Amino acid sequence: MTTTTPEEENGVKRRDFLYIAAGGLGAVGTAAAIWPFISQMNPSADVLALSTTEADLSGIEVGSELTVVWQGKPIFVRHRTEQDIASAEDVDLATLPDPQPDSERVIKPEWLVMIGICTHLGCVPLKGQGDYGGWFCPCHGSHYDTSGRIRKGPAPANLVIPPYEFLDDNNIKIG
Amino acid sequence: MSFEPKNPAIKWVEDRLPLPGMLHHALYEYPTPKNLSYWWTFGSLAGFMLVVQIVTGIVLAMHYTPHVDHAFNSVEHIMRDVNYGWLIRYMHANGASMFFIVVYLHIFRGLYYGSYKAPRELLWWLGLVIFLLMMATAFMGYVLPWGQMSFWGATVITNLFSAIPLVGDSIVTWLWGGFAVDNPTLNRFFSLHYLLPFVIAGVVILHIWSLHTSGSNNPTGVEIKDKQDSIPFHPYYTVKDLFGLAIFLIFFSAFLFYAPNYLGHPDNYIPANPLVTPAHIVPEWYFLPFYAILRAVPDKLGGVLLMFGAILVLFALPWLDKSRIRSARFRPIYKQLFWIFVADCILLTYIGGKPAEGAYLIWGRIATVYYFVHLLILLPLVGLFEKPKPLPASISEDVLSKKKPAKEEAANA
Amino acid sequence: MLKLLMSAGVAAFVSLASLGSAQAAGEAVELKSVAWEHGGLFGAYDRASAQRGAQVYREVCAACHGLSLVAFRTLADLGFTEDEIKALAAEYDFVDGPDDSGEMFDRPGKPSDKFPAPHANEKAARAANGGAYPLDLSLIAKARPNGDNYLYSLLTGYVDAPADFTLAPGMNYNAYFAGHQIAMPPPLMEDQVEFADGTEASIDQMAHDVTVFLTWAAEPKMEQRKQMGLKVILFLLILAGLFYAVKRKVWSDLH
Repeated sequence: MTTTTPEEENGVKRRDFLYIAAGGLGAVGTAAAIWPFISQMNPSADVLALSTTEADLSGIEVGSELTVVWQGKPIFVRHRTEQDIASAEDVDLATLPDPQPDSERVIKPEWLVMIGICTHLGCVPLKGQGDYGGWFCPCHGSHYDTSGRIRKGPAPANLVIPPYEFLDDNNIKIG
Repeated sequence: MSFEPKNPAIKWVEDRLPLPGMLHHALYEYPTPKNLSYWWTFGSLAGFMLVVQIVTGIVLAMHYTPHVDHAFNSVEHIMRDVNYGWLIRYMHANGASMFFIVVYLHIFRGLYYGSYKAPRELLWWLGLVIFLLMMATAFMGYVLPWGQMSFWGATVITNLFSAIPLVGDSIVTWLWGGFAVDNPTLNRFFSLHYLLPFVIAGVVILHIWSLHTSGSNNPTGVEIKDKQDSIPFHPYYTVKDLFGLAIFLIFFSAFLFYAPNYLGHPDNYIPANPLVTPAHIVPEWYFLPFYAILRAVPDKLGGVLLMFGAILVLFALPWLDKSRIRSARFRPIYKQLFWIFVADCILLTYIGGKPAEGAYLIWGRIATVYYFVHLLILLPLVGLFEKPKPLPASISEDVLSKKKPAKEEAANA
Repeated sequence: MLKLLMSAGVAAFVSLASLGSAQAAGEAVELKSVAWEHGGLFGAYDRASAQRGAQVYREVCAACHGLSLVAFRTLADLGFTEDEIKALAAEYDFVDGPDDSGEMFDRPGKPSDKFPAPHANEKAARAANGGAYPLDLSLIAKARPNGDNYLYSLLTGYVDAPADFTLAPGMNYNAYFAGHQIAMPPPLMEDQVEFADGTEASIDQMAHDVTVFLTWAAEPKMEQRKQMGLKVILFLLILAGLFYAVKRKVWSDLH
């Protein structure tokens, strides 16, 4: 049994600091080295560059629908009838699982543009089927109305509206 | 020596699968000679490089397309578009060279200190198997970017097998999966290039297992005799290896960031063209000594046999070396011969990169002959006739005898 | 042991040095050597020069040579603005489609497109160039040893053939091309392009600028690489110093 002198204590402290500094810096370096290996799985520059799609609406007749591809996903562009619009607007929002007025989901009421991917588990819904005249997802039975809102079934949210703008009356740019 | 974990979770695992105990023995308490120099760092650096190559390789495979129409452009896609793709690809390409540098130093350290001698023959063999697997992996990896050197390297190396009498041509066709190096060849090389590193990792485990069975050699070549001679691997050698790793990474980074194409060939930035051979076909630098041996022989089959023989003869080393002493420190003549042999290998490397003509051819032949003379004639003879210096009684005696004069010098200064 | 280490170090350097010369073998003539701004440990691409070089490529080289790995969008690296890139891309037509009736159609280029090849395939290129194949220039600066100096030397290396030199028909004499016979006629002429920044378009200037541009095209990530390298190596030096101190401390316990 010995007692430690102040010098020894100092020595121990200096040593501990050294170990912590070396270990800490080593850990920081390792973490920094790991980042490129994670980041590489994110979309590459060429994929990001393709992030907009333009669509020509002039050929879509009232009541019909066009599917275009944006970022590898189907985009439904529906030319809605008066009836579609009326039924989309005439809904008690309180009854909806994901309440959202139709006016928030369109730029021009006759054109509904949305990502055609079921918000449940990613299947592509079928048009003109289901109980609400909109879309029906065959995978697990989600029903969407003429505004693409979820009405019945397991999906938690309305079909997503992508960012888009009208370039002129007949052309939109998605993304 | 038994392992008794304090952490209940580790104890729970240990009782069912003694893996923590194995790791503890291998990385923590492994009794290591106390006098290992930095030459013993290259083993763990080689292990580190294997991990780097596997990790970067898996990442590159996520972006690479093994098809003759897309391979070249997919590599450029990695270089230009993938996030940090240039970094990871240069790491992998230069990493191959770094791996070989480290492994060559590791091998030469073994030659200098007689690490291949009994009871470490199998350890040496496993190391040579790793070396052969590395060569196969590196060769197939170089084919993948599908540049001119990829294509023509693959053509030349696979054609080596056509030297085999009777079945040679059939074997080459079988290797190619066609009548020339083409898409089937690229596809199978990609598959095997992905597979072999994991085989290497398996043999590395055997290599380390064998090492830990016979114990590490050391600069004196005298085995550990008692507790005084050894220290636990951790913290002494973990921290020493970490310092070695940091220094090595600086060397690696210098190439990676400032001369990433220095060790490669400009021709490999030209897409493969089966109709035009580049003017100078040269393998990667780590194959140059063997390439020089191949070209030194004016006969096709002879050259191929001699080239493979240059590696295979190393398997016989533990029996060719007749000396009872391991370390060259106590073998005055072998020490000289060792350095001449190193110079000979460097000369072969140099000749391998030069055109096979004139003086280069003559020097290539002299160096080739010397390579085999050293291993097959000088090594057995010197072991019989050499008078070794007196060995230290033990490792600790050797360490102490070195410390004293150093301290006296310090006192005088 | 230190002696051993040093001699091994020397040996390693000798063999590395011999490698460099091994790869340089085959160069018959010594190239002109330019003090490039992108050279050295901290070098970056000369933006103004590279932009002029892009103009030289588009107005001169692009008639025969592709640049198929370079996307218009990446020109932003050289300081081109988004609008300039859009306008530049739109100068080219690209085949796209099929449209709703199944037909392919032409559309103007977009920033995400790559420089189009001037010929549909190698055969067409050879047919249009008297049997010679004008290479794609995307990687040319890395596909030749000492690439930037080689390109500059080659472009400024069209001189009269020595009296005793017989040129094959259709070939041109170049002091720096292997064998001195090159199918490409002298591509640059004085004042061939008009630089917006008022730089005089001498052959020397254009050769210099297009070389900077093509060096960037071959290695667009060079600047990130050097910057990261500096940080990494400084970090590793500190780390190595700390590890060395720890190693000394740990081993000092040992007697």
